Amino acid sequence: MPAPIRLRELIRTIRTARTQAEEREMIQKECAAIRSSFREEDNTYRCRNVAKLLYMHMLGYPAHFGQLECLKLIASQKFTDKRIGYLGAMLLLDERQDVHLLMTNCIKNDLNHSTQYVQGLALCTLGCMGSSEMCRDLAGEVEKLLKTSNSYLRKKAALCAVHVIRKVPELMEMFLPATKNLLNEKNHGVLHTSVVLLTEMCERSPDMLAHFRKNEKLVPQLVRILKNLIMSGYSPEHDVSGISDPFLQVRILRLLRILGRNDDDSSEAMNDILAQVATNTETSKNVGNAILYETVLTIMDIKSESGLRVLAINILGRFLLNNDKNIRRAMELSFALVNGNNVRGMMKELLYFLDSCEPEFKADCASGIFLASEKYAPSKRWHIDTIMRVLTMAGSYVRDDAVPSLIQLITNSVEMHTYTVQRLYKAILGDYSQQPLVQVASWCIGEYGDLLVSGQCEEEPPIQVTEDEVLDILESILISNMSASVTRGYTLTAIMKLSTRFTCNVNRVRKIVSVYSSSIDVELQQRAVEYNTLFKKYDHMRPALLERMPVMEKVTINGLTEIVQSNGETESAVLETKSPPSGLQPLSQANDLLDLLGGTDITPVIPTAPTSKPDSTGGELLDLLGDLNLTCSPVSAPVPQIAQPPFLLDGLPSQPLFSDIAAGIPSITAYNKNGLKIDFTFERSNTNPSVTVITIQASNSTELDMTDFVFQAAVPKTFQLQLLSPSSGVIPAFNSGTITQVIKVLNPQKQQLRMRIKLTYNHKGSAIQDLAEVSNFPPQSWQ
Amino acid sequence: MRFMLLFSRQGKLRLQKWFLATADRDKKKLVRELMQVVLARKPKMCSFLEWRDLKVVYKRYASLYFCCAIEGQDNELITLELIHRYVELLDKYFGSVCELDIIFNFEKAYFILDEFVMGGEIQDTSKKSVLKAIEQADLLQEVRHPCGASLGSTP
Repeated sequence: MPAPIRLRELIRTIRTARTQAEEREMIQKECAAIRSSFREEDNTYRCRNVAKLLYMHMLGYPAHFGQLECLKLIASQKFTDKRIGYLGAMLLLDERQDVHLLMTNCIKNDLNHSTQYVQGLALCTLGCMGSSEMCRDLAGEVEKLLKTSNSYLRKKAALCAVHVIRKVPELMEMFLPATKNLLNEKNHGVLHTSVVLLTEMCERSPDMLAHFRKNEKLVPQLVRILKNLIMSGYSPEHDVSGISDPFLQVRILRLLRILGRNDDDSSEAMNDILAQVATNTETSKNVGNAILYETVLTIMDIKSESGLRVLAINILGRFLLNNDKNIRRAMELSFALVNGNNVRGMMKELLYFLDSCEPEFKADCASGIFLASEKYAPSKRWHIDTIMRVLTMAGSYVRDDAVPSLIQLITNSVEMHTYTVQRLYKAILGDYSQQPLVQVASWCIGEYGDLLVSGQCEEEPPIQVTEDEVLDILESILISNMSASVTRGYTLTAIMKLSTRFTCNVNRVRKIVSVYSSSIDVELQQRAVEYNTLFKKYDHMRPALLERMPVMEKVTINGLTEIVQSNGETESAVLETKSPPSGLQPLSQANDLLDLLGGTDITPVIPTAPTSKPDSTGGELLDLLGDLNLTCSPVSAPVPQIAQPPFLLDGLPSQPLFSDIAAGIPSITAYNKNGLKIDFTFERSNTNPSVTVITIQASNSTELDMTDFVFQAAVPKTFQLQLLSPSSGVIPAFNSGTITQVIKVLNPQKQQLRMRIKLTYNHKGSAIQDLAEVSNFPPQSWQ
Repeated sequence: MRFMLLFSRQGKLRLQKWFLATADRDKKKLVRELMQVVLARKPKMCSFLEWRDLKVVYKRYASLYFCCAIEGQDNELITLELIHRYVELLDKYFGSVCELDIIFNFEKAYFILDEFVMGGEIQDTSKKSVLKAIEQADLLQEVRHPCGASLGSTP
């Protein structure tokens, strides 16, 4: 029988096959030849035949009939045979076949072979595919080899031990003594595999972990090795792009992570080296980044000090700047690592990334930033700033459902309204193509347009913009082809609201609104028609309906979060009801201003609107006259006094709004002149420590009634004021009755409360007006 | 590491090393599936992808894809370095390695891999050390033949 063809020959032949069928034919022919060769127990060519079989197996053809042959090769004395035999065993055999157990004895013998390369083969095979039984039988041999001074064998034994432990965890203990001096080795192979072994042990057993921490002082050893790697000069043998043995560095960092987790002492011991690695590793190549990636994971997972964490965040920031597409991992990692302590730093990096990254990442990044901001924002100002930056940087990538949430957030950040609307206005001035940005901006301009044109802002230099300019931009958005229907809806409503916020452009608003009442867009048409009607038939209600949105509360009902709009004094009732109420309701959009609040018989409340804007003016106390354009505000026309339902009449401290915890706050007489006396009584909210509720009571000791009484108040810029409706406009003579009115003061900075009040009324046939300052507030009312 | 695959752009498997015992049938299925996924990737895409419950790290060198399936806690970036190191070893051994070398000397490719990685973990981080061991083992193949006629290092 001729010698079986060589492996290379076979490969060459098979590759000439032009079709699958042709290949199959060749394979079958060769397999038949090999089978007969096996049957003849031909020792000389067994190796060659098995090798060919392995090739055919890789092509996808069955080769199980060669399994036993592999065993025979392993048992052979020839190194070539053993090499192919072990390879065959690893490729064709696995623990499912009983046959594999026959290997055990061979392996055992070879583990004790005089040639280290044979020992190596045995260790490799055992370490790759040894079954539990094999591992149990041979663990002792492996343990012996783990203690040898031959580093070639030692490193292999270590990884073999890892496999044994994975297969038979109970055997872990027996390897413990051998690990004692593993890290004293100079050989990097041994070091690397030892670290892997120690990692495996520490991960599997808390006892082992504790043992290695305390008794073996593992951390200092690892720190020492890592330090040497970084500090030592160029080592050609282990160098990768200027970094010394990055594989070992990464493994050590990973083991340090496990050791430092939840352990102060260990974490402290590794603090310096982590900082060193973080600072000294080059980021220009992947290999440096691999180390830094592992370093960041470790820093964030152990009990590291804040300086170290900042370093880690900076590294992530650098990752995000990296153009390498693989750094997408860094973005995901960054979001996972954000927490209350590092949020400022992380957000800076993430915003930078948002700005510079590829469009495919922007939506995810924006959403991630919103989520993280919501969870961890250190302050409202920061939160608003962050959101604005996202909107301006990536405004068209923001998901649609983010818009209502953002609006709610902005509404609730009362003290930031001017700042917010100004920034948003500036953002859309140049470009109004980004729909989510435009929607939020339109809404805000509609709400806070008055603040926008006031030319005053504390947080940043105010812009000078006229009402016309504002209407210009909103009109442009309406007309623009780039604006989606939803956006147009927002804008039209915003324009409508401005009819009460602005003083000089009501007619312009009317005109715009009437144009759209014949719009093809049904949505817009409906809104426009209703707004038109508002102008025509219900003009006296317009101010009330378009008043400033109060703080919204997120109420969870049946597991769903609903935004409940609560107006001032109807708060107690509305909290239990679902919004939106009935009445003039053009749309069911959650943020639609024209929803009548209350919804039942509670008619809308008309606070004296100008007085709730004191924060818009700069300087100290507000000058009520002049700068507020009070004279041309439609609201300053006789404020319609709508009869209040009974339970609102008693502006007494026993109102159900707050529980009376500050029973002891003394009341004051804020004003007492010409027979008009105004007393203030105080209550503090127990849900919000920044809120003070003042109930004023105005009484008249003269012999004639005081009619058309209007009380206005202004507070310093750091405060926010909300004036609820007065009980009536008439103060009867002879102290026979009082007017009560509730003022809510928001004092987030807990500053001393001061107030300037303006009183106007008719008395004895003449119009009286007076200004006064109230500064005798008791400390308990604002502290 | 769970397994490593080498395959061509045409979907021909050139090497498969499994570090977790898997049935032959399952191996075939996983290989076929993963090859499809990786071959569908565009050049600009990330070298990492999530597949089943594993992370896959792959890199293309000329006509060959080197593909590693790693576990959740493994470092993808260093796995890229691992792949690169393996290619360097092959390159040094074969001298400017190309796919044909690996086709015709697949058993060598396995020997080199088995000297570099064991049980999914790196055995030796020194290129020199790994190559020396292969060299020595190759010599053993020549030397040890009892009947004097050298079979060379080719079976």
